[in-house]
Amino acid sequence: MTAGAASGINRDEPKRGGLSDLRRAFSGLRRGETIAGYLFLAPNFLGFIVFMLFPILFAFYIMLTDWSLAKEPQFIGLKNFETMVNDRIFWKTLVNSFYYTFVAVPTGIFIAFWLALALNRKMRGIIFFRTVYFLPQITLTVAAATVWRWIYQPEIGLINHILEIFGVDGPKWIHDTKWAMPSVIIMSNWQGIGFAMLILLAGLQGIPEEYYEAASIDGASGWQRMRFVTLPMLTPALFFVVVTSLIGAFQAFDQFFVLTQGGPAHATTPLTLYIFQNAFSFFKMGYGAALAAVLFVIILIITIIQWQLARRWVIGFDEDNE
Amino acid sequence: MAGMRKRNDSRFGQKQTKLLMDLLVYVVLSVAGIIFILPFAWMVANSVKDIRGIYQYPPTFIPEVWQFSNYTEAWTMTHFDLGFLNSALVAAAVVLGQLFTASLAGYSFARLRYPGRDKIFLLYISLMMVPFTVLLIPLYVQMRWFGWISTLQAVIVPFLFTPWGTFMMRQFMVTIPRELEDAARIDGCGFFRTYWLIILPLTKPALATLAIFTFVNTWNSFQWPLIVLGKPKVKTLPLLLASFQNQSGMRTPWHLIMAAATFVVIPVLIAFIVGQKYYVRGIVTSGIKGGG
Repeated sequence: MTAGAASGINRDEPKRGGLSDLRRAFSGLRRGETIAGYLFLAPNFLGFIVFMLFPILFAFYIMLTDWSLAKEPQFIGLKNFETMVNDRIFWKTLVNSFYYTFVAVPTGIFIAFWLALALNRKMRGIIFFRTVYFLPQITLTVAAATVWRWIYQPEIGLINHILEIFGVDGPKWIHDTKWAMPSVIIMSNWQGIGFAMLILLAGLQGIPEEYYEAASIDGASGWQRMRFVTLPMLTPALFFVVVTSLIGAFQAFDQFFVLTQGGPAHATTPLTLYIFQNAFSFFKMGYGAALAAVLFVIILIITIIQWQLARRWVIGFDEDNE
Repeated sequence: MAGMRKRNDSRFGQKQTKLLMDLLVYVVLSVAGIIFILPFAWMVANSVKDIRGIYQYPPTFIPEVWQFSNYTEAWTMTHFDLGFLNSALVAAAVVLGQLFTASLAGYSFARLRYPGRDKIFLLYISLMMVPFTVLLIPLYVQMRWFGWISTLQAVIVPFLFTPWGTFMMRQFMVTIPRELEDAARIDGCGFFRTYWLIILPLTKPALATLAIFTFVNTWNSFQWPLIVLGKPKVKTLPLLLASFQNQSGMRTPWHLIMAAATFVVIPVLIAFIVGQKYYVRGIVTSGIKGGG
């Protein structure tokens, strides 16, 4: 299966529009195809309307209401957003989301990059290592976070025991306001690195051998080959990893819920957990939806910035996306 | 492999450098491998300790007392049998449903011509990036309207369709040569028979990718079930595992929790190792596509 051939094949029909087009589609030879087309799409489209399009539109309404579900929703305009401005916990959780995302994503990609480089050598046992690094990725986050909670135990946990062997007095990890967030980040990276590594590895394997040969003939050193061949050629894969990891990190929920429950003292409550608490613990549907809208806007802005920046550093970005 | 060859040194020196590099890389890979495996190993090791072994300091890897009864105890204590049944039912329904709706719609988008097709497809792609967090609250309200709170429908029906999977199917199906289909049509096959007899068998790799992705995601899914599945008898495995840790009294029975975690993780590990090829390909193709 080649990805490149995907687009453009069935563009043999000139574009038309309007009612006459619709009439033609339902008459004569084309009738069967039109009906089959709509029928085949129908189950999917129904799900799309009911469980995606409608909820998205509905969310716009909910965020403008005060709604506890017990009573009818009260339309209050933008008041939820006013509340937000003065909500100190909201700002705290926003900072937490940014802290988590902008520490976990770069460190994760950095480690994934070196692992991918190491895996991109012709050696025995590479598949084995690749599988091992990827196992945490498919493990359910709840189970992984459960195990890590036990590993992070300050008194009898595995990490502090290992640290003690090296003569280090370990911190209280998830029970310490300063260390709780790094604890979640370490666990999340342990779990998530496999994904970035796999994509970067595929990117590395897609670099044509000739480029390296040409560089060698020109007398490029190992470092220069890395700087002028590997890195530039890897930028499309890096871009994809950065964008998806950022989006994913802002939506991270499970590990916070299980590992720290957002504590201690909101030190690890990200926006997602705060949305959940507002909606499903305090039953503030309107405020929850407003917070979710903020999360969406943040993700949207960061994604747009990424696409704008991509022009500057991703090779071949302009040709592909215009 | 590529970057390391063709040094200007003599052949002998070149070989030595490569060997040395290989050795170094193996050491790095192994250390990383141990770090990745350690939590799994720790989980399994602790799942067969007794309560004294688990709270002993310093902790040991090999249990002093092997207590395999942890597994049966953890299993019965939290009604994991019911959880397994729920999880398996939900995963099977969602996987089959998505394969069906996504492949049908993918075929429709890829091959059949009708007014509005490309506009609908564009709408699909543009809404694909809306984060699920945005849907949580409106979808929950909907589930209440439908009377589906604490029923398995709530975790099955909204997920029977998949924009991402539909997109993937469509992209795969447009690469299938049209001649194969035309031959079947000339032989008098209707659209559904063509889809069923010609297109579906050729789409197997993409179907396998979608199936394993959906299985892993559904099996691991936590946030949405946490919101809509309140009653114990409909809880799926991740929910049981999460509530297991919080219900315990004075001394958390970590050995039982580790046993429970072990058997919740095993089905996905098996699914992954069996279908690794398709899973990896799914990630890689979507990655290359997304990258440009």
